[in-house]
Amino acid sequence: MSDVLLATKDISKDFSSVYVLNDINVEVIRGEILGIIGENGAGKSTLMKILSGVYTPTSGEIRFEGEPVEIREPMDAKKLGISLIPQEFNLIRELTVYDNVFLGSELRQKNGLLDKKAMMARTQELLGELNVDIRPDERIENLSTAQKQMVEICKAVSVNAKLLIMDEPTTVLTQFEIDILFRLMRRLRDQGSTLIYISHKLKEVKAICDRVIILRDGNIISTEKIDDISVIEMAQRMVGRELNQVFPAKHTPEDMVVLEVENLTVPGVIENISFKLRRGEILGLAGLVGAGRTEVAETILGVRKAETGRILRNGKEVTIARPADAVANGISYLSEDRQGSGILTSFSVVKNTSLVSLGSYCKYIFKVILRQKERDSADEHTRQFNIKTQSLDTRLEFLSGGNQQKVSLAKSIDPKPVVLIADEPTRGVDVSAKQEIYRLINKLASEGLACIFISSEQEEIIGMCHRVIVMKQGRAMGTLEGKSITEEEIMYLATGIREGVA
Amino acid sequence: MTTADVRQVLKKFEYQKYASFIALVVLFVLSAFLSPFFLRPGNLVNIMSQVSYTGMISLGMALVIITGGIDLSVGSLVAFDSLIGVMFMNWFLKSTNHEVGAVLLGIACTLVVGSATGFLNGVTITRGKLAPFIVTLGTMAVFRSLALFIGNAGEIQSQSSIYGSFGLATILFLPVPVWAMLFLALVLDMVLNRTRYGRYLCAVGSNTRVAIFSAINVDRVKAIAYTITGLLVGISSVLLTSRFNAVSTSNTGMGYELDAIAAVIIGGTPMTGGRGTIWGTIIGAIILGIINNMLNMLGVSAYLQGTVKGLVIIGAVYIQRQRA
Repeated sequence: MSDVLLATKDISKDFSSVYVLNDINVEVIRGEILGIIGENGAGKSTLMKILSGVYTPTSGEIRFEGEPVEIREPMDAKKLGISLIPQEFNLIRELTVYDNVFLGSELRQKNGLLDKKAMMARTQELLGELNVDIRPDERIENLSTAQKQMVEICKAVSVNAKLLIMDEPTTVLTQFEIDILFRLMRRLRDQGSTLIYISHKLKEVKAICDRVIILRDGNIISTEKIDDISVIEMAQRMVGRELNQVFPAKHTPEDMVVLEVENLTVPGVIENISFKLRRGEILGLAGLVGAGRTEVAETILGVRKAETGRILRNGKEVTIARPADAVANGISYLSEDRQGSGILTSFSVVKNTSLVSLGSYCKYIFKVILRQKERDSADEHTRQFNIKTQSLDTRLEFLSGGNQQKVSLAKSIDPKPVVLIADEPTRGVDVSAKQEIYRLINKLASEGLACIFISSEQEEIIGMCHRVIVMKQGRAMGTLEGKSITEEEIMYLATGIREGVA
Repeated sequence: MTTADVRQVLKKFEYQKYASFIALVVLFVLSAFLSPFFLRPGNLVNIMSQVSYTGMISLGMALVIITGGIDLSVGSLVAFDSLIGVMFMNWFLKSTNHEVGAVLLGIACTLVVGSATGFLNGVTITRGKLAPFIVTLGTMAVFRSLALFIGNAGEIQSQSSIYGSFGLATILFLPVPVWAMLFLALVLDMVLNRTRYGRYLCAVGSNTRVAIFSAINVDRVKAIAYTITGLLVGISSVLLTSRFNAVSTSNTGMGYELDAIAAVIIGGTPMTGGRGTIWGTIIGAIILGIINNMLNMLGVSAYLQGTVKGLVIIGAVYIQRQRA
């Protein structure tokens, strides 16, 4: 009989009636490193946010050390001894290491002033225990990414965390730094802490975890001792669903190359990316989060400056210093970050759809907008894309995510581009909107549009693309074509189990 | 109509759009009751001409604020532009003795200097990637200091015999500066609501990153907004110096930045940018003018007027925040 630290019973979570977690039963055993793996959107992060009080479950029960507990906010989790180290660091750059470690639970002298000496000494002690060489009075902004992570861990440990949850901690680390982190994790475990390690880097899970839980579509697929499962089996179970979504039939691309990228390199971000894109072709960029796919798009658009490399349109080299140059050269972008760089939520449907191509709706030297022309075009998009909105003047903040995404797509194709870079075109939209977006992109491609299709969802890469480049850490690991595009192949390349022909 | 219906109608009513206008009407009625002199045409025209100088500057300020920026240098620039313009005119008059030519070139010089200094603000902000507040705080100090230095901290009289004529002239019962402000508002309202540039202004202020990805040249949009403000400062300077036929390096334009920003805010343009209103800004300027006028007529100390102005600005922003 093992000692169960934390158990969940039938935990479910839905966001506006879309289930992201279904009756999850997990047991976390004291003193283990438990791996939780799954594709993007499988529900890993949601589950962890529930355990750390960021979300409250729709139904179900959590038991901690045998007692039923309610974790309504992060403070509740903290009191229980559950600490989450988020993917994005939660440190204040301008403050010192010890300030950050004690943020919110500062030690004070009797007169009410901060007891800096005591905090510094305690931080030094903690850092010593973790065997990390960082000065307690160093400012966070002077630390490397790995060191920042150590400070996060130090912060978590300082409150005597019984359960430490790490969400994709190695995404930003180099191999050397990962080794340090793993040693630290093992030491923490041996000192009696319990750790949950969330990742989709399967090799790492295999290396560090004692047990592994595999999530898919909000369900637990299997729970295994790490010795009983191979990396390849993990990959298969992670993705192993049937292709149950209907993708439109692929048509054959034309021969004419419209875009050619040669040896594109941004130091430390992407390395030697080359490909050719033909008229009517849909070229997938697959890989895990942080593999550098969006960065490739941003470099082609001129948002990032390439150190070396050329971009050719119809065989002629073009200079693209900013997105305006890209649009002028017939290259359009559908952003993965809808509200951050895609649409203006405070603008109406009409004003959003025409934003990129506004010049073509204007007359005279002063560029007076021809409102009726602009409206007609927005109206056409709304009908063609089946955008559900009260009126064309409704601000986008009042539209659902799926409809916002369709407006974003309408905005990207309004300038009638030759090349469309669609970055996570179906992120955060429901199944029916997804299918409509697939249908639209496919239709545009059949009319000659060349498309770079970036997605973390394997099945849409497989369902939509003629060719797929799989990326890892800024490099192309291999190119798959036609029948060889399978979920397993993509996962092997993306996780670095196998290196293909780039 | 039941009370519920009334409530429904009131709920749907766009306070945001008409809040400043309602405030103006309330203030107008209140003033009419408080002072018998308020409604006299002479007084009303007087209010309008008093607000016109900062009013036209506030139109440019509205554009700048829509982009998410601010321009603190407008007051100092009024002094600087006026000084350079008048000195140039005097020099030209002295060397050629050509009255009309001197006036026209003096005006042109003021407008060019105004646009150039505005452009300088814009380029420093966009090229240097610096906060507008910091840059214009700096240029505010620089141009006041330059004006004081060049003008020996004194007053420079215009030597022209005709320059002082149009600043006080009246066309169809209204002084020239009032017409100028209304005409500029008409033009800029068109620019803001009907042109591509106006749309870009709002897009840049609403979300710069989206604007960049939407193929908008964000730097150019911002730089143009500061340049337009500079040009409007130049126009205001011409009308001011013509009215007094002189420029005082220490007093001219003093505190104009406060009035201009206040007019924009009271008019209903949020400091966070992304949207704004030209006619609202005009209303904001008039509200400030009426408050000043009433305080004068009620015999409130001139020193206390700043207090009232300050409280009105804070109140206006507070109401905006409630609405949002």
